Amino acid sequence: MNELVLEVTDLVQEFILRDRGGGKAGVVHAVSGVSLELASGESLGLVGETGSGKSTLARAILQAPPPRSGSVRLRGVELVGLRGRRLIQARRHAQMVFQDPFGSLDPTWTVTRLVQEPLVAFRVGSAAERRRRAHELLELVGLDPVRYGNRRPRQLSGGQAQRVAIARALALDPSLIICDEAVSSLDVLIRAQVLNLLERLRTELHLAYLFIAHDLALVKQVSDRVAVMYLGKLVELGPAEALYRRPLHPYTVALLASIPSPDPEAPREPVTGTIRGEPPSPIDPPSGCRFRTRCPRAQDLCASQEPPMRQLADGHFAACHFPVNADAPAPEATAMSH
Amino acid sequence: MTAPLLELDDLRVDFRQSGHVVRAVDGLSYQADKARTLALIGESGSGKTVSARAIMALLPETARVTGSIRYEGTELVGLSERRMRALRGNQIAMVFQDPARSLNPTLRIGAQITEAIHIHRQVSKAEAHDRAVELMELVRLPAARERFRQYPHQLSGGMRQRVMIAIALAGDPRLLIADEATTALDVTTQAQIMELLRDLQERLGMALIMISHDLGLAASYADEVLVMYAGRAVERAATQTLFGHVRMPYTRALLGAIPRLENAPHTTLAAVPGQPPDLATQPPGCPFAPRCPEVTDKCRETAPPLAEQEPGHLWACWHPCGLEDSAAEEVAV
Repeated sequence: MNELVLEVTDLVQEFILRDRGGGKAGVVHAVSGVSLELASGESLGLVGETGSGKSTLARAILQAPPPRSGSVRLRGVELVGLRGRRLIQARRHAQMVFQDPFGSLDPTWTVTRLVQEPLVAFRVGSAAERRRRAHELLELVGLDPVRYGNRRPRQLSGGQAQRVAIARALALDPSLIICDEAVSSLDVLIRAQVLNLLERLRTELHLAYLFIAHDLALVKQVSDRVAVMYLGKLVELGPAEALYRRPLHPYTVALLASIPSPDPEAPREPVTGTIRGEPPSPIDPPSGCRFRTRCPRAQDLCASQEPPMRQLADGHFAACHFPVNADAPAPEATAMSH
Repeated sequence: MTAPLLELDDLRVDFRQSGHVVRAVDGLSYQADKARTLALIGESGSGKTVSARAIMALLPETARVTGSIRYEGTELVGLSERRMRALRGNQIAMVFQDPARSLNPTLRIGAQITEAIHIHRQVSKAEAHDRAVELMELVRLPAARERFRQYPHQLSGGMRQRVMIAIALAGDPRLLIADEATTALDVTTQAQIMELLRDLQERLGMALIMISHDLGLAASYADEVLVMYAGRAVERAATQTLFGHVRMPYTRALLGAIPRLENAPHTTLAAVPGQPPDLATQPPGCPFAPRCPEVTDKCRETAPPLAEQEPGHLWACWHPCGLEDSAAEEVAV
C-alpha cells in the first residue's frame, strides 16, 4: 500500500497569451507549484471549480502538454523531459477517462475494436489474444461482449459509452486511472452505476485513482484523500473524512456550504456569508493568497504574504494564514514545504 | 381558496418522428401558485423541459400538444401566437441552462436588457436605461453602470446568468420558469444564483418553477416537488413530505443514487440497473417496471395512476415504499 504510484512535485504549467502581432500579452498561471502523492490502490479526489487548473494539472501529469517546470514520477520513473517512444512507454501505466465518452471514442469503430486499440498500439499479444482480452474487459465493465461488441458508439447510451471508455483505459493494466469529470455528464441513476463500477474495479484491480470533479459529495464517495484546488494552487489536502468534517481552508468551507443537501431538514447557511463574487482571472492572480479577494477572513497579511501549505492536523494540510476549525497556530509556525 | 396561477391538466406532448410517435409528456397535471416554488425533477428525457416549453409555446412544429394549460383562467393550449406573445415575458418568463447561447454575443449587455424592456413596456430611451440599471442591481450584478457597456464574453458564466435573469424580469413576470438554470455553473455560483432567485421570488411574489435533475436543489429550495419519469409524474408532494416519506420506488432510487456528504468514503450507492425506456415503444404498465425492485405482474400490465393517496401526497405506484402492500392497494384502486 505504501508504494507510490505517482509523485508530483512543484508542478507549474503556464500558457503564454499572444496579441495579434505575436507579442506576449500575458501569462495564464494555470497550475502554480502543485505537489501531491498517490499510493498504489489509493484514491485521491481533486476538487475545484472551473478555471481552478485541475484538468490542466491532470494533463500536465501525463505530459500532454509537458509542464513548464516541476517533476512527475510515475511508478518511480520521471516523465518530465521524456520524449517520443520512451514517454509513451513510461506513460502507459497511467490512463485517463474523460467527461464526454463520445468525444473520446472514434464513432466509426466497433466497441471491440475500440477496446482492443491500446493493445494493438502497444503490440500486446496476438490478434486472438487481444480479442479475448477485449471480451474480458467488456465483461469486467458490465457490458455483454456478444451484445455490445459489434455496436458503434452512437448505438450506445452515455453510460454504456463511458463503460467502453473505462474498458479501454484498463486494457493495458494501468496502475493509475485519472478520471476527469468522468461521471459528470451522466444522469443520476446511471452515474451511480458507473461510480459503483469504478469502486469495484479499484478494489479488484488494485488501481490508484486521481478523481477530478467539481462535485464535492461525489468526490467524497470515491476518495481516500481529497485535494482542493483554487486558481492554480492546492489550498487544502487531507483525509476525506477529516476534510469534510473539519475543513481548514475558507474556500473548502464555502464549497461545502454551496452543496444543496438532499435533506430538506438540513440546516442551511446562506452561501453569501462564506464567499463573495466570482474567481479572478488566472492571467493576473491576486498577490499573496489567491483566494483573499473572495475570502470573508482575509486580512492585510493575506495580500502581502502567500500562505505556505502547513500540516495542521494528522495528514491534513492547508495553505491559509487564518484557517477555520484549527486551533490557529501563529502564521509563522510550523511552515511546511510539502 | 383562490385559483392557482397556473394549472396543467392531463398535458400530453407527442412528437412525430419518421412514422412513430414519441410521447414526451404523458398526462401531466400540476398547479403553480404565486410566491411558491415548484421543482420538476427528473433525468434526461423525463419530459420536464418539454412540459415547460409547452407552457411557453416554444415547442417545434412537430410537437402536438393536448390537454390543458390554464394561466389565470386563460387556456394556453391552442392560443394564438399573437396572444401568446403578450403573455410570454410579460406574465411568464423563462431562464435557460446555457446563458452563453441565449445572449447575443455581438450586443452589449445593456442593449440586450433595454431591448427586453422596450418589448414589454412603452417607455422612453432614458426610462429604459434607468430600468435596465435597476434590474442589473436587482440581480446583483456588481458595477451595473460599467457592465452596461460590456459584451457577454467579458462576463463569467454566473454573471451572464444574472443578465439572463434580469432580462427575464424585464416584463415583471408573475411566473418564472428556471430550466436547469444553474446546472452549467460552479457550485458556489450555483448557490449564489439560487439564493438570488429565492430572494427575488419572495420580494416580487412570483411563482417559480425550477426544472432540475438535482434532488438536492429541490430539497434546498422548493416548496413542492414533482418527480417525473418517462414523461409522467410519478410522485408529488410538499418538499418535507416527499423527502420524509418517499413512496415511489423511482424517487427512492434517485435519492439512493446521490452521493451524500454524510456517507463515509467508498460507500456503495444503491444503484438500480437498466436505463429509462424508449419513449417511442412504451409497453403498457408502469414505465419504471423494468428497473423496479418491487415489480410484480400487475405493474407490467396496468400503469398505476397518479393519485392523492395520503393528504397532499400523490404517487403512481402499486407497491409504494414504506407501506404494507395490501393497505396501499386498498387506497390505490
